[in-house]
Amino acid sequence: MAPQTLYEKLWSSHVVHQEADGTALIYIDRHLVHEVTSPQAFEGLKLAGRKPWRISSIVATADHNTPTDHWEQGITDPVSRQQVETLDANIREVGSLVYFPFMDQRQGIIHVIGPENGTTLPGMTVVCGDSHTSTHGAFACLAHGIGTSEVEHVMATQCLLQKKSKTMLVRVDGELGRGVTAKDVVLAIIGQIGTAGGTGYAIEFGGSAIRSLSMEGRMTVCNMAIEAGARAGLVAVDDTTLDYLRDKPYAPKGAQWDAAAAYWRTLKSDEGAQFDKVVVLDAATIAPQVTWGTSPEMVTTIDGRVPDPAQVADPVKREGIERALKYMGLEANTPMSEIKVDQVFIGSCTNSRIEDLREAAAVAKGRSKAANVRRVLVVPGSGLVKRQAEAEGLDKVFIEAGFEWREPGCSMCLAMNADRLEPGERCASTSNRNFEGRQGAGGRTHLVSPAMAAAAAVSGHFADVRAL
Amino acid sequence: MKPFTVLDAIVAPLDRANVDTDAIIPKQFLKSIKRSGFGPNLFDEWRYLDVGQPGRDCANRPKNPDFVLNQARYQGAQVLLARDNFGCGSSREHAPWALEDYGFRVIIAPSFADIFFNNCFKNGVLPIVLPAAVVDELFQQCEGAEGYRLKVDLAAQTITRPDGQAIAFEVDPFRKECLLNGWDDIGLTLRHADKIRAFEDRRRAEHPYYFA
Ligand code: SF4
Repeated sequence: MAPQTLYEKLWSSHVVHQEADGTALIYIDRHLVHEVTSPQAFEGLKLAGRKPWRISSIVATADHNTPTDHWEQGITDPVSRQQVETLDANIREVGSLVYFPFMDQRQGIIHVIGPENGTTLPGMTVVCGDSHTSTHGAFACLAHGIGTSEVEHVMATQCLLQKKSKTMLVRVDGELGRGVTAKDVVLAIIGQIGTAGGTGYAIEFGGSAIRSLSMEGRMTVCNMAIEAGARAGLVAVDDTTLDYLRDKPYAPKGAQWDAAAAYWRTLKSDEGAQFDKVVVLDAATIAPQVTWGTSPEMVTTIDGRVPDPAQVADPVKREGIERALKYMGLEANTPMSEIKVDQVFIGSCTNSRIEDLREAAAVAKGRSKAANVRRVLVVPGSGLVKRQAEAEGLDKVFIEAGFEWREPGCSMCLAMNADRLEPGERCASTSNRNFEGRQGAGGRTHLVSPAMAAAAAVSGHFADVRAL
Repeated sequence: MKPFTVLDAIVAPLDRANVDTDAIIPKQFLKSIKRSGFGPNLFDEWRYLDVGQPGRDCANRPKNPDFVLNQARYQGAQVLLARDNFGCGSSREHAPWALEDYGFRVIIAPSFADIFFNNCFKNGVLPIVLPAAVVDELFQQCEGAEGYRLKVDLAAQTITRPDGQAIAFEVDPFRKECLLNGWDDIGLTLRHADKIRAFEDRRRAEHPYYFA
């Protein structure tokens, strides 16, 4: 047989039916559900008199709207509360494999709880009405975000209509420098290929620098594949994958584990497999990254400067930069390290796992929040992450540094709850999107790694974590 | 789903690249559990001078006179002319719902984000990809002539300009068929229910650990 890419293996093992034009029905193993993109799907299902095809494929939680403090007061915003209660009612009626409702010990961001409970397994197709479903590709899953109509389609048929993507290999060779993390790697990749660079592709991340990342780091990289335009990101299975999964509650056990692991080990691109496109980066040249604009591709290094639109020949590009700088309130040529921040957000499905919190805490330890920083929010990705962090004493480190230690949820990643920026406020954020208004109307977001976010919090401005 | 056959309508030009779904419909409106009513909040942050809140009547809000959709000449537009990477960002289907609810049935751009592109078809909205140079020319014509209209014929796969010139466009045959007939994907898929069941049985036997 001709050598196959990992994507091709995953694709061909899920095709139920194929139309002449290549549109295929793909079987879905795991369906992740949250409160924002599901109510209309449940309603549509009910109106059409249809039943869910396989309830045991559903893993659900409430995360986008839930508050991150004062849980004793419940959800005070009536519109948010209605959405969360609608999910409760729908799951009660329909059923699921796992449901972690608001305030459950294991509730959290859907993309954090799936893997940590072992409900995301290699070789699966995973979908969710959320674009950052690409996160789960770190486990060699074919995982991607879908719209609400597709949520309904998957519930009713256990399938998705799909066209095969092209394949791209992004290889990061060599060793990452000290203080350089998975977040910096993926921002550097997006800076190189652009936010539309991966459109139409499934990106497999490979190379020694990716192999050396933990599962947490690989999830950070795959999480942002969508910010490069790719619906799916992938990393091949290796020992790191299997070691992470072995004891997870929903991972197979005993003989089932052995059978599964033997299969999972085949989930990698074959020697000599052809990709439609290959991009290579040298890990040693990647420095800590900071975005300066309103798109993740508008990124530079901590020792860089805000770009000067006058130096850009292409008129569309120049205008894009001018617009971004105006929104961001930045002057051309300002050194990144001179930009002051008002708030810091450490959290989101990109960077709210235990390793992220450890990295932030290592910087915060023995230091304190700079006087000009109004607030530093640390929002763990799930209840399990929160308790693990507390067992390690990370909460104390943060609190002593003047940071706020919150309950899990999406929080200020998209500011659907009360956590948000005021108009004009500037934020160092470990989330994935710096779009206009993403963290609150008029808010200005700079994407960074957890260590760099903590460095900004204690310095009052962006600072090179390698020099702290 | 509403079928789409032929549309002859006013065109509105939205001259910026990378218009993301947060801009199309800001997240505070995602809290609705309904599928309709998003039109008044389409492009909310650009369209109004104050901050929009869900459930609030938009009729009396201060409008941004500079925003293209607020200009008298583009009222009633059903074709949106856009730039590269339109609809990037989140998977929220509220974006095509808002566009459709506002009245747009066709979006023309040099490129679209994948998920958004897909979501459009499921909601009776036709996204059309044309070469950047062709889109550029449409922008110039549209901005240069008040009341500029385009005729979009899905069956023939043509866009006809006021000067009579026809532009051919590509559309996936399966999507085209569904859109022309207003077919719902779920009904179509369930015709293959036996195949799905057979596939599932096979998979359960081979990989029982996915079915725990
Ligand atoms: S943390 Fe942010 S990106 Fe992730 S699921 Fe929540 S809102 Fe979406």
